[in-house]
Amino acid sequence: MDPLTWPLILAKMAVQFLPVWIALGLTFALSWHYRRRLGLYGKLFASSVGMIGFAIVMFWVFTALFADLIATHDPLAQLSGMKNALPGTPVKGAEGTWYLLGGDNLARDVFSRMVMGARRVLIIAPAATVIAFMVGITLGLPAGYFGGKIDTGLSFIANLVLAFPVILLFYLLVTPEIRVTGIPTILAAVLFLFPVIFVAVLLNSRYFTNPARRNLYVGASLALGLWAYSGLAFNRDPTGLWSMDPNMLNVFVSVVFVNAPTVFRIVRGIVLDLKSRDYVAAGQTRGEGPWYIMLWEILPNARGPLIVDFCLRIGYTTILLGTLGFFGLGVSPESADWGSTIDDGRRLLAIYPHPAVVPALALMSLVLGLNLLADGLREESMRD
Amino acid sequence: MLFFILRRSGVMLLTALALTFIVFFMTNLTPNLEKLAKSEASVRMSDDQVASWLDSHGFTRPLLARYGEWLGVVPGWTHTDASGRVTGRCIAPDRTTEAAPARCGVLQGEWGQSTVFKRPVSEILARSLGHTGWLMLWVMLVMVPTALLIGVLSGMREGTTTDRVLSTFAIATTATPEYVSGVILIVLFGSATAGISPILAEWGWISGRTLFQGTATSAMDKITFWNFGLPVITIALYGIGYIARMTRASMTEVMTQQYIRTARLKGVSFGQIIVKHALRNALIAPFTVIMLQFPWLLNGVVIVETLFNYKGFGWTLVQAASNNDIQMLLACSVVAVLVVLVTQLISDIGYVFLNPRIRLS
Amino acid sequence: MTEWDPSQPILEIENLSISFFTRLREIPAVMDFSCTVMAGESMGLVGESGCGKSTVALAVMRDLGRNGRITGGSIRFKGRDLTHMSDRDLRHIRGSEIAMIYQEPMASLNPAMRVGEQLAEVPMIHRNMGHADAMALARQIISDVRLPDPDRILRAYPHQLSGGQQQRIVIAMALMARPALLILDEPTTALDVTVEAGIVDLVKDLGAKYGTSMLFISHNLGLILDVCDRLCVMYSGEAVETGNVAQVFDRMRHPYTQALFRSIPLPGANKNDRPLIAIPGNFPLPHERPKGCNFGPRCDYFLKGRCDAAAVPMALLPDQLRHETRCLRWGEIDWAAPPKVGRVTEKLAPGRLVLKLEDLRKYYAVSSGAFGGGAEQVVKANESLSFEARENETLAIVGESGCGKSTLAKVLMGLETATDGQIMLFDENVQDTPIQARNPDMVSKLQMVFQNPFDTLNPSMTVGRQIIRALEIFRQGTSDADRVERMLTLLDMVKLPRAFADRMPRQLSGGQKQRVGIARAFAGGAKIVVADEPVSALDVSVQAAVADLLMDIQRENHTTLLFISHDLSIVRYLSDRVMVMYLGHVVELGTTDQVFSPPYHPYTEALLSAVPIADTRVKKRRIVLEGDIPSAMNPPPGCPFQTRCRWKTQVPGGLCERELPPVKVMADGHQIKCHLSDDLLQGMEPVITIAAE
Repeated sequence: MDPLTWPLILAKMAVQFLPVWIALGLTFALSWHYRRRLGLYGKLFASSVGMIGFAIVMFWVFTALFADLIATHDPLAQLSGMKNALPGTPVKGAEGTWYLLGGDNLARDVFSRMVMGARRVLIIAPAATVIAFMVGITLGLPAGYFGGKIDTGLSFIANLVLAFPVILLFYLLVTPEIRVTGIPTILAAVLFLFPVIFVAVLLNSRYFTNPARRNLYVGASLALGLWAYSGLAFNRDPTGLWSMDPNMLNVFVSVVFVNAPTVFRIVRGIVLDLKSRDYVAAGQTRGEGPWYIMLWEILPNARGPLIVDFCLRIGYTTILLGTLGFFGLGVSPESADWGSTIDDGRRLLAIYPHPAVVPALALMSLVLGLNLLADGLREESMRD
Repeated sequence: MLFFILRRSGVMLLTALALTFIVFFMTNLTPNLEKLAKSEASVRMSDDQVASWLDSHGFTRPLLARYGEWLGVVPGWTHTDASGRVTGRCIAPDRTTEAAPARCGVLQGEWGQSTVFKRPVSEILARSLGHTGWLMLWVMLVMVPTALLIGVLSGMREGTTTDRVLSTFAIATTATPEYVSGVILIVLFGSATAGISPILAEWGWISGRTLFQGTATSAMDKITFWNFGLPVITIALYGIGYIARMTRASMTEVMTQQYIRTARLKGVSFGQIIVKHALRNALIAPFTVIMLQFPWLLNGVVIVETLFNYKGFGWTLVQAASNNDIQMLLACSVVAVLVVLVTQLISDIGYVFLNPRIRLS
Repeated sequence: MTEWDPSQPILEIENLSISFFTRLREIPAVMDFSCTVMAGESMGLVGESGCGKSTVALAVMRDLGRNGRITGGSIRFKGRDLTHMSDRDLRHIRGSEIAMIYQEPMASLNPAMRVGEQLAEVPMIHRNMGHADAMALARQIISDVRLPDPDRILRAYPHQLSGGQQQRIVIAMALMARPALLILDEPTTALDVTVEAGIVDLVKDLGAKYGTSMLFISHNLGLILDVCDRLCVMYSGEAVETGNVAQVFDRMRHPYTQALFRSIPLPGANKNDRPLIAIPGNFPLPHERPKGCNFGPRCDYFLKGRCDAAAVPMALLPDQLRHETRCLRWGEIDWAAPPKVGRVTEKLAPGRLVLKLEDLRKYYAVSSGAFGGGAEQVVKANESLSFEARENETLAIVGESGCGKSTLAKVLMGLETATDGQIMLFDENVQDTPIQARNPDMVSKLQMVFQNPFDTLNPSMTVGRQIIRALEIFRQGTSDADRVERMLTLLDMVKLPRAFADRMPRQLSGGQKQRVGIARAFAGGAKIVVADEPVSALDVSVQAAVADLLMDIQRENHTTLLFISHDLSIVRYLSDRVMVMYLGHVVELGTTDQVFSPPYHPYTEALLSAVPIADTRVKKRRIVLEGDIPSAMNPPPGCPFQTRCRWKTQVPGGLCERELPPVKVMADGHQIKCHLSDDLLQGMEPVITIAAE
């Protein structure tokens, strides 16, 4: 069989992505139809920049979702004769299959590895960003609202973490030796507690006037939260439903740790601005507790900038994960992680560019999509 | 003002102490020390041998005491082995036991011995900082003017085609981390098989096989456009996007201010409005951002120096970190922290001086 | 430039139409607007927010932004059409022939440029003047606008000047090139009344001195009467009535003008027997204007089939005074007929004592300096306040910025605790009890209505939800359903449709939001309500309705109302007793009649004189205070008012500069804090007199 030409490679890739095209089409058709009723999300469809960004992001989300359908080969399988194969090389011995984007120096399919790599990134990055936001919000609200000693102390710690060069921090935090000492578990125990506290305080401040309902809601959320907490942080979930690979936990915790202080600073800044509003004073003169005011009066009105930053931050987390992979930290050598694939590929970059360029472009397009989405959201949310 | 600097210096000192202690703590965790012992002495040591090696090298003293030793406020350890030979922290090959000072830490100007490079830390650090200094200088020279120009041009008339094109460029560069842009740039300009180099070589436009060099190793001796171009652009690109977006945001905000309208209605021409009225106000915010970019550049420096094999500070940091070279790592973190804190201080002071509203109110 | 005949109009706007273009639609902002300004004449443009008056001004400057466009008509300045002028020619006119002054002085000045440079720039551009000459001219103009120490001011940055000084600089900048036409867009709205009076005087004098024509834009009819010769009333993008000021004020020929005058509290109006008449309905949105007369749906004289048939043209009245009206029925309406009096209500007798303050003090410690260093300073926000309030009573607290009225509200509410003194609320001492420590019953009985309607409601919660939350926190209602029912009743009480419960605050107008704020305050059956400038951010026609709503609820609930305001007109209209504050001190306290008639505290006297009154019958003595209000950080020694007091020389021995005056009890319950002798106080003349009709 002859190697494929570039137009054919592109055509075959387009066919492989069929499930993604269908899902994208459906999403856009539905969203466009109901855009008037969907608030900020609906308004996104008025901005071309935002729409392009959203399309790119959703492309990768669906790719991660349907990765098993899209990948042409096992991302870990090393096929003989395919070492550093050029894009479009037919697989020897298997009629009608190709390495669409070539093979890497271990003779694995670059295309399938890229598709599978999306899955890892799109699980860790958004989840880590969510936890980082919970931590940043739970600490940033009181720092901005109360000020004083709480603010000074928390800001000092945040600045301390921010003053660390990220890579040094990663080298110190994400090593097999550190895992032995249990420091990642301790960090996880601290950081994962915040979402539980956040939800419990959120519900309590809202429903404390009605104790029966409060007990139900807070109790249920605590039960669920602590269950997940025991599994994720300590790997002690009796049912085994919640668990995290220690390698993954290590990476996850470090990424949260790096992101949380920035979120803290953003939230603190917004609170300082919003706390002088009359509706906050109205809440105070009504005798509301500080946490109700922070969580129900201030936080919902900070959502615009926070949503925008959330998108940017997922992108930034993706970059951080890539950096970790690039330095070979916290990833198994087999992993299809984009960052480590780039690192593997760069050694032969001058001769065989494709193993490094493919994941590089993938990572860039995802982050670009997130940035464009954030830009669109910012523009549209300011139009009110 | 003096009070402010004093207070800030105090906070800086506290931060530096806290950070170096954290680094010290993390690098001195038992597993790390065991790894160090094995790599220094012998990989096939038994656990007992490791323990005695650690003991004879002063690693079994309390953590705080060892941190004090490193700082130079606690006398350095000494160890007398079975043969009666005295070794110690401050007893260097070229110093006799008697001549050795009691304390030898950072305060005495002694940064210790690098276990990876087998040289004094200060020597390695000075050399690598020199290399990185040149890199940073060129990055700044390329990045700051370009970013400000892009930001001002796109911000002064919001929503025009110029704005859209420049903004998209800025967004694209912020979406491209150094390890991605570096790879792409090398492929485009520094690869003998891909990008534009083969074509240029075929046409006979370039004498070598590639247009730019894919490594910057030769730049350590002599910097040329061809060996330094790619690393500088790689670092600068990521920063350009960020600073340009900040400048644009600041510029668009200034352009909607009442005083710009006042100037317009005074009959000031558009060019004069930009130069005399808008720029100074619009550059206040980006100034802070540029100063705070230094720590970010440090990140880029680490990646780019690794990617282009340029033995500067970042490369040294990576070598030290991946081999748990404690003394080297501590020195690197001191430098990194100082860079971060000093730039923060400069940005705060600069902000106040640029902004007359704060200075005198 | 071609010669221009000074007997011709300096500015002639004919059938001007302006639209703003959004992605969805074209929004007409101004339609078929015509007006003429002669040389030396000052023309007032008056109307409520959104009527298009500022848009007209910006169109004259040809500065409508990217979305705004002139869609028809012409603007001729000295005979030249501005609508088709090139950018280059426009630049020559802007700043040199036409200058503009607008509302926020601080925002109009470049914060990073010295005042002198900003002033000198004008002649340097327009007259090719050298830098030194330009600075000399700037120095001269600064003394023209009566600013002290011109050399210091030339070197100062804008933020180093007070609001009043900044506005004088903006005026100076406008005058640098001796323009033929000056456009002033709400030039004093951001300033305190006593400062405003000084600026208004200055503008009038300078206009006369330089012979400048003026286009004066304001929502305040009283100011227009003070400053202008002619007036144009705008409504919803159209001019509805134009004429001489006296003519329009006394012989208005448009129903909107009439309704406007009936809705503002003029002397003589009274909440019990001569209540204000609010204009029913709402201002139409620009893209939802009715067919025919824009004011039709809200007009008492509306005739179906006639007023809504076709666009109404301007009609010239036959009085030879260039008086025009956009009303088809101007000839048929009996303009002299007295307004239908709504309902006369009984004045409520004050009930039991509910609030008593004794010698209350509130000090704050603040640090100064840009770098957080510097000595700690004490701000004495409230000094020895003593007063009491009874059930059914409206006590007005009057004062300008920095007088401590907002701090007083905070201390009362428990957001801050008092430094010293006592607050007796019902039967409890609460001066040391912060709001968290007060029980829900106490909290619900003392509530607050806030000033800014755009800020008072949480933008991301429905109206109903916000009221229900108040009910929950006040422990009102037994079940969710009960609370929903109570919430709907509260909406009824503030005369809002029940459907509003599901609306978000941004879907409501300013007045409607303020009503929701009132409903929320009364959710727990409040007995004392602190209303912090509840109507000052609202349009005049809405002010009346909201003020009357407050009065109605007060009558029903026997509420004590603490009405904080700087607007003496509305205070005179609705309060029973008045407390005047200056720099943290109560300088005068008494019944409304006592405070509004002599003897006055010198500050009250100046305040009364400064408030513009839109009534041609009112004659005022003009008392203009020198300088600005001192900072509360650095109050003057002795009497707080001594730096600006015109009576100071009447007190022997410099007592005012040394000692805080004692409280003098003049008549029953009338207190004045002043060193002036009783004779002098008793001999004061009234500031306001109403000419007999």
